[in-house]
Amino acid sequence: MIRVTLPAHLRTLARVDGEVKVAVEGPATLGSVLDALEAGYPMLRGTIRDQVTHQRRAFLRFFACEQDLSHEPPDTPLPDAVVQGAEPFMVVGAMAGG
Amino acid sequence: MSRVRVLVGTRKGAFILTADGGRKQWEVSGPHFGGWEIYHLKGSPADPDRLYASQSSGWFGQVIQRSRDGGKTWEPMGNKFTYEGPTGTHQWYDGTPHPWDFARVWHLEPSLTDPETVYAGVEDAALFRTTDGGQTWQELPGLRTHGSAASWQPGAGGMCLHTVLLDPSHPGRMFVAISAAGAFRSDDAGTTWRPINRGLTSEGIPDPMAEVGHCVHRIAMHRSRPGVLFMQKHWDVMRSDDAGESWREVSGNLPTDFGFPIDVHAHEPETVYVVPIKSDSEHYPPDGKLRVYRSRTGGNEWEPLTRGLPQRDCYVNVLRDAMAVDAFDPCGVYFGTTGGQVYVSPDAGDSWTPIVQHLPAVVSVEVQTLP
Repeated sequence: MIRVTLPAHLRTLARVDGEVKVAVEGPATLGSVLDALEAGYPMLRGTIRDQVTHQRRAFLRFFACEQDLSHEPPDTPLPDAVVQGAEPFMVVGAMAGG
Repeated sequence: MSRVRVLVGTRKGAFILTADGGRKQWEVSGPHFGGWEIYHLKGSPADPDRLYASQSSGWFGQVIQRSRDGGKTWEPMGNKFTYEGPTGTHQWYDGTPHPWDFARVWHLEPSLTDPETVYAGVEDAALFRTTDGGQTWQELPGLRTHGSAASWQPGAGGMCLHTVLLDPSHPGRMFVAISAAGAFRSDDAGTTWRPINRGLTSEGIPDPMAEVGHCVHRIAMHRSRPGVLFMQKHWDVMRSDDAGESWREVSGNLPTDFGFPIDVHAHEPETVYVVPIKSDSEHYPPDGKLRVYRSRTGGNEWEPLTRGLPQRDCYVNVLRDAMAVDAFDPCGVYFGTTGGQVYVSPDAGDSWTPIVQHLPAVVSVEVQTLP
């Protein structure tokens, strides 16, 4: 299981506390973990990436093991520590706005 | 005993205000969806406990929420708003072509008869509809693909479809308004549309009497007389007696003909309310006095309503969707301000009382009169 941390507003929307855990079928990549997340929590569709183009929303970032994966393509493999559940995959909201 | 439920959308969440028919003692529920912009929430006329809300944020985009119990609990619904077919372009602020790009839902208008059917007016301007209670949304593309659409241009707040009026006596007839394209009417349930802007004059656009390009802020009708429409335009308060075929100015003695909301008394189709606002860039009440103006003659002759409203040092705005009326007798009138106040007048505007005074900036106010 892959651990995913979400911004507070998305945890509220998904009605979860703390981290969520998702199972990824096949290679664990940036795209497949988001696919699994949206399959498990359909209310998150469109809130992290566009539902058609899958383009990341501008004010969100993806981090794992102190790496910024925000600009990487969807087939980018996740770090082993994330795949093994030792580290979370982090969806982070930009600290901006009012 | 009858009750009233006021649905308030703000920049940082939704609030639900309830009272009995006396409209003096209020209960406040919220914030719902705290931290999110709630452009609009509205109940189904066919099932008043069925509510729909537009929830959005710059971080997370658009969410649609639905309640089946009058706002006690909510469930996220479908939020996929995809334009049908080629999106085409409209004009950008500098006049260059700009692709249609969905930003948010400004207004939700539930069907008069079916709680599962709701229309959504969105930015960039288009009309969507759900017939399954909000699970899926389909565009009615005849509006966005109208022959004039390539020339539409956004207003300062974006190119938003902010007004949807359903004609209760002509099934299939509906009116919409877009900033800054103007007003449009469909007589075939949204399949085809035509501009209804004859008589509007907008100084500052290349042709002041153009077929499209007018910054319409809000349109209102009385359901007993849906062929009569009242409009608050960027400048000018207008009236149509022929379902939008032609318009004439009824600004009359208003201190300024600029403003955003306009609404009609629940039982008197010739009684109309506006909130004059100083323009062009100030967007606050003239002279620091918050005044609702009422016409009992369908326009032209207006009286200021001030009792209970601040008459000095008041510099709030009242946005286009932030006024509504209830169905009691006497009719209640409500409006919300960008300063976070929601005012009620239980006597058709003669006197006003704040229900709440410290909410986030109010974007929308809707009222349900419950059995």
